[in-house]
Amino acid sequence: MHETKTTIGRRTLLGGTIATLAAPALLLRVARAADEPIRIGFPTPLTGPFGAEAKDQVRCAELAIKQFNAAGGLKGRQVELLVRDDKLNRGEAATRTLELIEKDKVACIVGALSSSVQLAVNEVTKARGMLYVSISQSDTITAMPDFSRTTFHEALNPHMTAGAVARHVFKPGMKVAILLADYAYGQEMAAGFRSAAAAIGGIDIVLEQKHPFGAADYSTFLPRLRAAKADVVCICNFGRDQANSIKQAVDFGLKRQSKIVVPVLLYNQRLAGSPEAFEGIIGGSNYYWTIEDHVPTAKAFNDAYRADTSGGVPSDYGAYGYAGIRLVLDAMRRAGSVDADALVHQIENAKYDTYKGPETMRACDHQAVQSVLILQSKAKAAMKNATDLFDVLAMDDGSEANLRSCADLGHVAGK
Amino acid sequence: MTLDLIVAQLFTGVALGAVFVLLSTGLSVIFGMLGVVNFAHGAFYMTGAYAGVFVLALTGNFWIALVAVPVLIGVMGLGVERFLIRPLYGRGQDYPLLLTFGLGYVLIEVVRILFGTDGMPFETPPLLSGGLDIEGLGYFPAYRLFVIAMTAALMLGLWILLERTRYGLIIRGAARDPEILSVLGVDTRKVFLLVFGLGTGLAALAGLLAAPMRSVNPEMGVAVLIEAFVVTVIGGMGSLLGGAVAGMLVGIVVSMTALWMPEMSEISMFALMALVLLVRPHGLFGRGALAR
Repeated sequence: MHETKTTIGRRTLLGGTIATLAAPALLLRVARAADEPIRIGFPTPLTGPFGAEAKDQVRCAELAIKQFNAAGGLKGRQVELLVRDDKLNRGEAATRTLELIEKDKVACIVGALSSSVQLAVNEVTKARGMLYVSISQSDTITAMPDFSRTTFHEALNPHMTAGAVARHVFKPGMKVAILLADYAYGQEMAAGFRSAAAAIGGIDIVLEQKHPFGAADYSTFLPRLRAAKADVVCICNFGRDQANSIKQAVDFGLKRQSKIVVPVLLYNQRLAGSPEAFEGIIGGSNYYWTIEDHVPTAKAFNDAYRADTSGGVPSDYGAYGYAGIRLVLDAMRRAGSVDADALVHQIENAKYDTYKGPETMRACDHQAVQSVLILQSKAKAAMKNATDLFDVLAMDDGSEANLRSCADLGHVAGK
Repeated sequence: MTLDLIVAQLFTGVALGAVFVLLSTGLSVIFGMLGVVNFAHGAFYMTGAYAGVFVLALTGNFWIALVAVPVLIGVMGLGVERFLIRPLYGRGQDYPLLLTFGLGYVLIEVVRILFGTDGMPFETPPLLSGGLDIEGLGYFPAYRLFVIAMTAALMLGLWILLERTRYGLIIRGAARDPEILSVLGVDTRKVFLLVFGLGTGLAALAGLLAAPMRSVNPEMGVAVLIEAFVVTVIGGMGSLLGGAVAGMLVGIVVSMTALWMPEMSEISMFALMALVLLVRPHGLFGRGALAR
């Protein structure tokens, strides 16, 4: 009896000692979690044909985080960007995203730069209820069945972009030909042009020519495009494909008989291409730096970027990197936490102006309603300096009328 | 679908074929003469284009670049052969294959570090910009016609060098039986060195000539390596004539597929390769197993 009692006493003593010793350590760990930086995962294709755009996205994302941290962070907690190269590969992107969530314990994911890769990221974040802000073009990510309650699409979508360009260029009676990269981006942009053409009416789409994604030589696609004798040729591809296909189409004299338009006129591809090849080409964009003349937030963003890069200007897709991160950080500040539900609540229906003038996040499909710029590439002689690439022909203000309706996207009313 | 269109498409295919021939010659020479499967071919092609950007920025003259670039990269190739490939002779084909595979990655990474991952603009030389209206074909860029002419001249020059000169005799001898040749008093190590330099110089020249048509970027050689292999395999490993015929064939097949099934145009060259290998396992002009 006595012996037993002693034994229990010893055990209690031992347990108590361990508990006493462990308690401060546990408390310390809790306390440390509060000082630990908030991590944001940023999968992006640093290597590969979209590398130029991806690099500028990282630069701009880092800029937004630097500003946030300098302003005190989230109640003193600093934010840290974890950049991962997804190599423009769906599997790689999904694996990196999973790692960011499970191993690095990120608060949210922002990024991915391809309509198909972002859907791979979306699958991972959707299954885990993780907040994801997508910053490259996609129509399907906001539509059923890919829609996720915790995903927001800050970029323009093909329907808005191609629609705005088509409304600017297409006139009834025109013959239109489309050259498209044979994957999600090209197909969605072509669909955007088609539906805009149908809405305008009287437009004959005479040819839809597909080319493999990442093709180096476009000469074999050009004889048919020329034979189509279209008034307008829409070239729907992205990254290096854009510079390559435009250069070769112009070499083969396509510009002599047709007006060339692109859904998205890329700043970096115009730089990698030449002013001669791009001269006169019209395309849409989310951002071009000269709108700073009448948009105060663009001026602030450009100035911050200039200070950060000793005089450079941000590119269109770079600006998405800034906008995507700002969307999350501003929501964190308003919510005062990093809880996914609280952030989703903050972002849904948000009205904000972070870099390009007013935007609204549509609650039913999580698409950012925003303006589309219509740009035209300048002639070499008209360029005042190395960053003076485009004329802004028009600014199509953000309006829900330019989006597909939520019912059309498969969202049930009242949800 | 009009006859005009088919003719235009056929001609485009021939022009594209010339580019394929150009891309694969360097690979074919090195394999045919040294038995080295050069996986760094695409990377040498890419460095050729970058060297072109560099020489052009320095001199502003495309024609100087046309001479300087193959020499520059050829000399680099000499160094690669002397210090990296030479120690591996006699150890089986997979040793140089793995070495050049790694070397390709190193070159791409070095270019990324030096020049960045963005592409670089490369304008068509002023003399060759613009195009010609060809009766029945329509407008065709002058530069592509120049590339066809250059490729033809290059192939002719190579053929004369290898088949009609004393040097060619020695090179072919070294490829057939290096031991006997060295007994006859020829320094075969020097022959191998120069052939490797020639092959890398040809790859660099192809890169430079391709630069005004395609953009210049660190990954531009990756697809080219695959295309060059397809052409070389179809033509028969190491056959100059085979490479020329196969290049043209691949160009025409890709172009005609693009007309009827554009989505399949990239795969068509692999389908052609599979088909040729089924009928002729050593390629169209392959000599079967190498004499060595």
